[in-house]
Amino acid sequence: MSYVLIIGAKSDIAKAIAREYAKHGYDLYLAARNVSELEEFANDIKIRFNRNIKCFELDILDYISHKYFYDSLEEKPLGVISAVGYLGDVSETQKTINTNYTGVVNLINIIADDFEQRKSGFIVAISSVAGDRGRKSNYIYGSAKAALTAYLSGLRNRLYDANVHVMTVKPGFVATKMTEGMDLPEKLTAKPEDVAKDIYKAQQNGKNVLYTKWIWKWIMLIIKSIPEFQFKKMNL
Amino acid sequence: MALQSWGNYPNIDAIAYKFDHQQALKNILDPHNNIIARGNGRSYGDSALSAHQLDIRSYNYFLDFDQETGILHCQAGVLLSEILETFIPRGWFVSVTPGTKLITVGGAIASDVHGKNHHVKGSFSDSIIEFTMMLENGEIITCSHVVNPELFQATCGGMGLTGIIIDAKIKLEAINSSMINQVTIKTKNLQDTFKAFEQYKDYTYSVAWIDCMAKGDSLGRCLLMVGEHADDGNLDYINRNKASIPFQFPSFLLNNLTVKSFNSLYYAKVRKSVSEQKVSIDSFFYPLDAIANWNRIYGKNGFTQYQFVLPLDKSYDGLEKILSKIAASGKGSFLAVLKLFGKANSNWLSFPMEGYTLALDFKIEPGLFELLNELDKIVLEYDGRFYLSKDVRVSKQTFEAGYKDIDKFRQLRKRYKMDQKFHSLQSKRVGI
Repeated sequence: MSYVLIIGAKSDIAKAIAREYAKHGYDLYLAARNVSELEEFANDIKIRFNRNIKCFELDILDYISHKYFYDSLEEKPLGVISAVGYLGDVSETQKTINTNYTGVVNLINIIADDFEQRKSGFIVAISSVAGDRGRKSNYIYGSAKAALTAYLSGLRNRLYDANVHVMTVKPGFVATKMTEGMDLPEKLTAKPEDVAKDIYKAQQNGKNVLYTKWIWKWIMLIIKSIPEFQFKKMNL
Repeated sequence: MALQSWGNYPNIDAIAYKFDHQQALKNILDPHNNIIARGNGRSYGDSALSAHQLDIRSYNYFLDFDQETGILHCQAGVLLSEILETFIPRGWFVSVTPGTKLITVGGAIASDVHGKNHHVKGSFSDSIIEFTMMLENGEIITCSHVVNPELFQATCGGMGLTGIIIDAKIKLEAINSSMINQVTIKTKNLQDTFKAFEQYKDYTYSVAWIDCMAKGDSLGRCLLMVGEHADDGNLDYINRNKASIPFQFPSFLLNNLTVKSFNSLYYAKVRKSVSEQKVSIDSFFYPLDAIANWNRIYGKNGFTQYQFVLPLDKSYDGLEKILSKIAASGKGSFLAVLKLFGKANSNWLSFPMEGYTLALDFKIEPGLFELLNELDKIVLEYDGRFYLSKDVRVSKQTFEAGYKDIDKFRQLRKRYKMDQKFHSLQSKRVGI
């Protein structure tokens, strides 16, 4: 068994993760909506790393399909990485919550049951530093990620006895399509490849919560420590 | 956002756009008329600086590889380092590489880069089977030595001013080792150096580090390094961990005295007049890539690389004059490289021609441009020319004196309306 399943595989971070894992000898299941757009990417990985890649159509909002999708995998993956993320505006509250939280949780629940039974596997999900404290600029997204973070923490607790490792990833700014056009501070902004390297290393080492870049751990510590009466007046 | 090239000079305010499929590229091109493609930002000067920049790095897929012929089809944003990482272990190497592997395939074509084997293998374009390019109107065309040969000759070395290179088929070179057998020859002066280049010209790779601070009897003393691929069957290749220069060094750190001492030590470290070493591909071709951001040693004002070539029959006299002037000015640096080129190719703006090329780094400081203006005159007096990928300052007159096909290039730009869309600070400065 050598497959790692990546969901939300079309995102820039997911692609970087796919390359990183293929580079280290893993085969890949890539799942995403309109998966045909991933064909060239999958071909690139085959040429680069001589690995097996299989692409699957998956709509994270089509909850009913999740079980069918997972059951259809003949060889079950030895780990799953969710790179699902949607940064919508306030008018897209439902979609933001359902993509970032409900959909991901629904699918991971199914996989977690399988891993728990097999007593092996790893689950990595990309949450966000935005979930550490709600701010007016993106609190719908942030609150969905906060819920995901809490879910992962509980799941980690539950699966500990089954020897299944759960890792929460909290990226800060990352230069991707999702953040294109935003004026991000260069020193605090990671490249997708750096995030992927961090994730691979941390997952292999069994880390529980990963901030990437690492400095975000300290930035968020400061942000979380600001008293609410002051925080509410701030422009963040 | 603030953008600069490898020389950290100049700094400009620009908007960068990314694309990962052709329609997205067309959508970016359509509304802009002051745009230039940017690869990995390794050209030294203002070749890839413009108000609107098209970042091609995210367009970086391998499309096909034929293990029989060694022909790689890939998108333009692929880095040479990615090609090496993938294909050295399978017994293939790029046929032409410059002194950094951190450049894109698109950039390598646009600069028609050369390497230590120019006298044997020519420039990067000589390893190109064909490439595709998006023109000003969004049309995509294929160019090769036989299909659209005019556009091919204008685009290879054309600094991105003819369109956006999308993907390319490159012929890789079979190798049987990831090591290089290197011979280092220590020369006493310029005459000795020329003799050594002549004597070792059958080696595939050759380049000389030159001590540009040495004067008098030692003027032009070098360490000439020549090499061949080893044949030991060991194809192991790992990207070494990088050291990094974490911040800009204060710019006074590199001065006449420190450079002079470094150069003397570096030269003296090699004791024998001829010595042999077995070294890795990375340390032979890319010694500086091992230190990320090495450009920061020049401080916040940045630096420039001055590179010119002189025709073979005038190389000696011209170099003697130029090296004397640099040594007297005390402004040289430790990165100075001398190389004997083979014959020029037929591309309109490709830099190499038969003769000696000298490349020197200079920290940007008061008085530098005056010195370089003086050197420009000598280069032109000896019928030499300049390399646009390094340049940040030559005048229109100085540049065009060296390139006889420059008007053909300008006319082609007009005919295809490329001059209404693709511009860099450099293209405006030198009027192309």
